Amino acid sequence: MTAHPPELIAQHQLTPSEYGKIVDILGREPSYTELGIFSVMWSEHCSYKSSRLHLKKLPTRGRLVVQGPGENAGIIDIGGGYVIAFKIESHNHPSFIEPFQGAATGVGGILRDIFTMGARPIAVLDSLRFGRPDDLGTGARNRRILGGVVGGIAHYGNCFGVPTVGGETIFEPCYDGNPLVNVFALGICKKEDIFYAKAAGVGNPVIYVGARTGRDGIHGASMASAEFTEESKQKRPNVQVGDPFMEKLLLEACLEAMHTGAIVGIQDMGAAGLTCSTCEMGSRGEVGIEIELDQVPQRETGMTPYEIMLSESQERMLLVADKGREEEVFRVFRKWGLEAVEIGLVTGDGKLRVRHHGQVVAEIPNRELADEAPLYDRPHTQPPRAGLIPDYPATKLQRTLPAMLGAPDICSKHWIWEQYDSQVRTNTVAGPERTDAAILRIKETGTSIAMSLDGNGRYAFLSPREGAKLAVAECCRNLSTVGARPVAATNCLNFGNPERPEIMAQLVEAIEGIAEACTFFDTPITGGNVSLYNETLGEGIYPTPVLGIVGTLKTGEPVTIPFKNAGRKVMLLGGIGECDDTRFGGTQYAKEFIKELWGLPPALDMEYERRVQFAIRKIIAEGLAESAHDLSDGGLAVALAECSFGPGAIGALIDLDSDLRPEMLAFHEGPSRILISTEFPNKVAAIAEKYEIEAPVVGVTIEKGLEIRQRTITLGAWEIAALKTAYMQAFETYVR
Amino acid sequence: MKFGVIVFPGSNCDHDAFYAVSRNLGQKAEFIWHDSSSLGDVDAVILPGGFAYGDYLRCGAIAKFSPVMGAVRRFAGSGGLVLGICNGFQILVEAGLLPGALIRNRGLKFICREVRLRTETVNSPFTNCAQKGQILRIPIAHGEGCYFADQPTLEELEAEDRVLFRYVGNPNGSLNDIAGILNRGRNVMGMMPHPERASEPLLGSSDGLTVFQSVLRAVVKA
Repeated sequence: MTAHPPELIAQHQLTPSEYGKIVDILGREPSYTELGIFSVMWSEHCSYKSSRLHLKKLPTRGRLVVQGPGENAGIIDIGGGYVIAFKIESHNHPSFIEPFQGAATGVGGILRDIFTMGARPIAVLDSLRFGRPDDLGTGARNRRILGGVVGGIAHYGNCFGVPTVGGETIFEPCYDGNPLVNVFALGICKKEDIFYAKAAGVGNPVIYVGARTGRDGIHGASMASAEFTEESKQKRPNVQVGDPFMEKLLLEACLEAMHTGAIVGIQDMGAAGLTCSTCEMGSRGEVGIEIELDQVPQRETGMTPYEIMLSESQERMLLVADKGREEEVFRVFRKWGLEAVEIGLVTGDGKLRVRHHGQVVAEIPNRELADEAPLYDRPHTQPPRAGLIPDYPATKLQRTLPAMLGAPDICSKHWIWEQYDSQVRTNTVAGPERTDAAILRIKETGTSIAMSLDGNGRYAFLSPREGAKLAVAECCRNLSTVGARPVAATNCLNFGNPERPEIMAQLVEAIEGIAEACTFFDTPITGGNVSLYNETLGEGIYPTPVLGIVGTLKTGEPVTIPFKNAGRKVMLLGGIGECDDTRFGGTQYAKEFIKELWGLPPALDMEYERRVQFAIRKIIAEGLAESAHDLSDGGLAVALAECSFGPGAIGALIDLDSDLRPEMLAFHEGPSRILISTEFPNKVAAIAEKYEIEAPVVGVTIEKGLEIRQRTITLGAWEIAALKTAYMQAFETYVR
Repeated sequence: MKFGVIVFPGSNCDHDAFYAVSRNLGQKAEFIWHDSSSLGDVDAVILPGGFAYGDYLRCGAIAKFSPVMGAVRRFAGSGGLVLGICNGFQILVEAGLLPGALIRNRGLKFICREVRLRTETVNSPFTNCAQKGQILRIPIAHGEGCYFADQPTLEELEAEDRVLFRYVGNPNGSLNDIAGILNRGRNVMGMMPHPERASEPLLGSSDGLTVFQSVLRAVVKA
């Protein structure tokens, strides 16, 4: 075979040295099909070649961890003989090119990752980033992307029958040309029913099930591994089209087929399709796999081996069955009206051998292809630092709080989440905006789980390390605020071009921050996803590490955000906290009213944070809190307002003993703080004392109004109804 | 008594309905696969929510041709109690067992949230445990739940006291605020809201259980 021209190799995003490695592995020049196969498997998206070295720093073991990174999803033990499988994945690039299908197939992909493990998906959360919808220049496009992404998530999740129970949506100009769509999914199964994506048993049949293969999504994984340019918009054919009904059939059929006991291993065909599923299953099982492409169900005629191997058509699975028991498997798939075809078999030679019309078109050692991708220790310098502290004028809280409540990041996102079925499967104890973390009861065990996603690009830009730690802390705090004990985590790392040393520095620092915080909070990382090259026309996004953390709790009526009764004491666990000009630059206030980003993110004391979380869990467990809400974006004033938006319109009269300047007092975003209302302030104080945390009584709940004072001087007083209108109706005005 | 829950390949509220009538109501229940031609010995049958066959064409347009719908028709014809919830309502309408049509929500978006329903008639096996005018808190979750019918049909429904529930604060543009209706024989009902999602306090409301309790009372009495 002759050498391929350098342009063709470059088109496949392989460097000359990577190409040289391919020739070494094969002992010859690769065929065209092999070139395509290597290019997708060694893409950043599939091989993690820039991040792998650093991902090793993450804690991955723990008492409850059944399966850590390396499989389709992480698995933890929740007791009672059951486990949960969960993971977060990005679908950023496709969602920019075709928002509706890009987001829909993002949901489809992560759901398959879950049920591939034998687990039935029972929850989805999503973390979304868009450009500002109210921007005069890019707003129209941002709104179109937002509408498409939300519609796509709704379309797929609702039809499939999994509730979308929570998430977050943030708007920044840096996401204008590069929205982030990170989808978290979680499923449940019996501990003995876990399946792995491992081929085994020489001579066992390799079976293809689900949708037919078409020309859609070819090179999707490579697309996700490059920056965007003007031409990227022409890549629409690279985005796949989702069919949630097919996925639902695939789910039911796969779970049923797994129960026959005739399946040895199973993997979904996601990024890099048939290529990835065959070589990874082979590599994990240390066996070879041989397939004949003529047997692969195709929805178009005349597809080349290259196209069949690289197609990312959705809703397909690959499984290895016990020889002689194929018919049991076929019977199940027939019942669900799905195609299931034997396309090859497991061999003993460790190679991926692909035939087309009987001719061998690719023959590559599985292990080298799947696990020996190039590994880069890319140079990393200093993350970029933000500007100087600006002078900013005093403002009136009376005016700024209603404005803040209507800001895109802060206001109610019911326009988004009401489009999602958040209740199907009747497990949703607390869905969107009722509590700080979504709560699902587990019918099978009688216990409950809580889930939270968090990431703050502004914080991470100011300090990737501190920003990452803050995201872990916030997720854990969200869980603790509903009384759950955080147990395990997944992460989605969204960054720019790792070939730029200052961007690589962001990635390295963020991973180290996550490692430190997840170790500290005892929430091992069980899996996740890295999305690099989030840049359009050289403009990078804020480094955006998104954490998803899962906790466990007893089943019961949740302690929700709103105040319930007038005359209760309002206490601020953790205290009013400290802030200075430097630490104020990453806040929502700085964003909305000063329109700048500077300094450092809020200071986190992890020891103190942990004590606050112990305390709130104890307070919740003892039934001492009528309401609970942690402070995050928008600080104390926003949290107080959100606590006032319950059906009873119970607000509060607050008097804060602090000498911080009023803007800072109201809006600083210091962590480790939780607002509760209680009938039992003395008991709460005793618990706070035990855990050595501050817990000042800052006021009392009242009917219909919210008033915030600083040492008896009124900073603002509002009718709840007016604030609530600002909060509830703002989003609709942005998307109109 | 025994409930049958029909399972179309794309049903996704089948387990929820099953759980509500078996665990929360404490009655027997069994699943009935969509290619069955008989319902067995069930006392009432539920067509649950979901996307029966994907519903890419029109909700329920394909489901009406499934073998099990022949059995449902016969069952309904002989006075059996049939509950269509959400997609089940859409299927019953497509199958001609209930009048009218369910078209896209006025806002053109899927809506999932709790709504308030006013019980319009208690003269039915599905509401005999409720008070006339009683307000029930039950969630909706649909993209095509706007009830539509021609004027004579609407007048007939009203005149014959066949409007089961009306929305208080119409979420989807349904004519006459209709959320649920009865057939002429009053043994077949369809409603867009999901009573099975409001059948225990833990999930925020148990008002939906009233519907299943009414069925139980009607069956036991008969």
